[in-house]
Amino acid sequence: MSLLQPGELNLSYPRFALRLVRRAFLGGVRFYATMTVLTCVFLVGVNAWAHQLRSGMVVTHMTDHVSWGLYIANFTFSVGLAAGAVMMVIPAYLYEDEEMHDVVLVGELLAIAAIVACIGFIVVDMGRPDRMWHVIPGVGRFNWPISMLTWDVIVLNGYLILNLHIVGYLTYMKYLGVRPRRVFYLPFVFLSIGWAISIHSVTAFLYSGLGGRPFWNSALLAPRFIASAFITGPAFVIMLLYAIKRFAPHFRFTDEPMQLLASILRVTILVNLFMFGSEAFTLFYSGGSHAASGRYLFLGLDGRHGLVPWIWTAVGLNLASAVLIHSHPSRTNPRVLLAACACAFAGVWIEKGMGLIVPGFVPSTLHELVEYAPSLVEWRVSAGVWAFAAMVLIALLRMVLPVLSGELCEARPSLRSVPPASSRRESEVS
Amino acid sequence: MDKTKRRTLKVLGGTLGATAFAYALEPLTAWTKEQSLDEFLQRHYKELSKSELEAVLRRIEQKTRETYGVDVHVTDLHPQEGVEFGYALNLSVCIGCRKCAEACHKENNHDRATNNSYIRVLEMDQGTFDLEKGTTTYDHAVPAPGKYYLPVQCQQCDNAPCVKVCPVQATWKERDGIVVVDYNWCIGCRYCEAACPYHARRFNWQKPQVPAAELNPDQGYLSNRVRPQGVVEKCTFCLHRTRAGRLPACLEACPTGARVFGNLLDPDSEIRWVLANKRVFVLKEELGTRPRFFYFFDT
Repeated sequence: MSLLQPGELNLSYPRFALRLVRRAFLGGVRFYATMTVLTCVFLVGVNAWAHQLRSGMVVTHMTDHVSWGLYIANFTFSVGLAAGAVMMVIPAYLYEDEEMHDVVLVGELLAIAAIVACIGFIVVDMGRPDRMWHVIPGVGRFNWPISMLTWDVIVLNGYLILNLHIVGYLTYMKYLGVRPRRVFYLPFVFLSIGWAISIHSVTAFLYSGLGGRPFWNSALLAPRFIASAFITGPAFVIMLLYAIKRFAPHFRFTDEPMQLLASILRVTILVNLFMFGSEAFTLFYSGGSHAASGRYLFLGLDGRHGLVPWIWTAVGLNLASAVLIHSHPSRTNPRVLLAACACAFAGVWIEKGMGLIVPGFVPSTLHELVEYAPSLVEWRVSAGVWAFAAMVLIALLRMVLPVLSGELCEARPSLRSVPPASSRRESEVS
Repeated sequence: MDKTKRRTLKVLGGTLGATAFAYALEPLTAWTKEQSLDEFLQRHYKELSKSELEAVLRRIEQKTRETYGVDVHVTDLHPQEGVEFGYALNLSVCIGCRKCAEACHKENNHDRATNNSYIRVLEMDQGTFDLEKGTTTYDHAVPAPGKYYLPVQCQQCDNAPCVKVCPVQATWKERDGIVVVDYNWCIGCRYCEAACPYHARRFNWQKPQVPAAELNPDQGYLSNRVRPQGVVEKCTFCLHRTRAGRLPACLEACPTGARVFGNLLDPDSEIRWVLANKRVFVLKEELGTRPRFFYFFDT
């Protein structure tokens, strides 16, 4: 902070944060309407979860045969989203692409919201969330370094703190009108690149380390996770940037970052399809009982085919996204690009969610065939977690974007004290 | 919209939101009533002092009395010096009657409605050892022609995948080779259930329901006491019996004498005789789990 003269720093960081939080609660009718709807969905989820906690997880459709379901599927997917969102840091900082810097902050905000979703999905999947403190290192009994789950606890929470720091520091400096000092953020930015890879690798190791589950026990799982993270992250950020453009037009992002993200997608969608194909080839060409889960997933097994429509939908969506994003109109027509992103996002959600978790359990380790489809409670709880993460994302964007655009800075008094109502409304993100 | 109107709307919205939140969490009031602070703050089994453990045992007894209306005795028997348990099962003799599974169900105070048991019996075709061709849901007179039967329970692996993956060390291997769970420490993440290659673990998807008259009052802290909702449980070779010199319930129930249980460190034990004289094998040996549960064919 040596750039600041004594007395120049008249707003401490907590007061800055508080001001942003208060800013996040102000908005127009559309903002309140959106937040009300999301709150309602969130509350429906809270209620379903409270019900699950009281009656037991028997209200889910999980069983001793399929002991993880929609929650862990969503968890796995949102880890990928969090990792992918930060991958944009690579072009921005490694290649010193200045245009990307603001977009990187959007990506990091997305990462924070996605980590919130991850933690949410883990909590709702726990049979005893009241014993959460058992996982706190030093307080409970932390089975580190043996249990991969403890690694996941470390990397996910570390990632959350890392991103909060980077976003917080850069936004604060912008707010003060001070040039950020590289030493305070650049090392963390590079750390976060490695860390992003680690969160999704460790999450893959959770599954691939289990010798008793041949469907997961593949060395390709972690690379596949990374590839699909490179899809969901950029795809979601492209959609998000368009949404910001549409609903908050005064935050100007150039098209360049978006095109860069689209070029990343053009590669990663194909890489993901290739790895998907390699995995399928190994499963089906060698055959045997190790392929049972794969057969169940793609073709059905002994008359059970609960996942067959899911996975072929995912394959269809992935192929569609590949075709769309490589078609020429994706470069000129935003609708085509958005459609490609939506397809890719949904395709990966199925493939790296239900399409990955459930077949690991079907057939069971004693080769019993018990199927799984989520119960209404599970859908409600999951919707609640997503709604909460969406609210976090919207609030974060509404805190950070006005600072980036220069609308909110230390020199200016807070919005509340700007007297004319007409000018005030204009300055709000609606 | 003028300022006061705006403020009124906000206050109204806030109140409505808070009420809705309280209403959404309402089911938790019943749940919190069942939780006690002592239980919440209880340390890991291995960190409890003698007197603390004593208090825990009495508290569990009292709670069982309140909930199930039965006086039970909860003990904490420690592994005996110089004892490591092993189990062997004679597949030539087993007829697939599932008496072992039934005995386990009763002995271990399993939930009645789900007919839970730590033992699953697979009916296999003669001439194959492919588990994919087995079935656990057979419903006819046994033994059926052309079939043999493969009961599977916890293999008490020496290199147990379930112990490795537990994030909070709620499950571990005892000195006598038995893998146990501290039901009061387990967080219910079910990672162990995913890791186990033998489908040996069960989760308490709801509070086990056992009629008072059927509750087994001879209970162990680490074995057959009535489990709380939301935690994982498993076969413990009936340690509340076997550590007191008795045999596992499944063995006593077996009408054909297919089961052999004993101390692997005792050279004169029957289990050692079986290991020395029969061609024994273990399930899924290729996974490197090193089970303490052995199978053999007699003929």
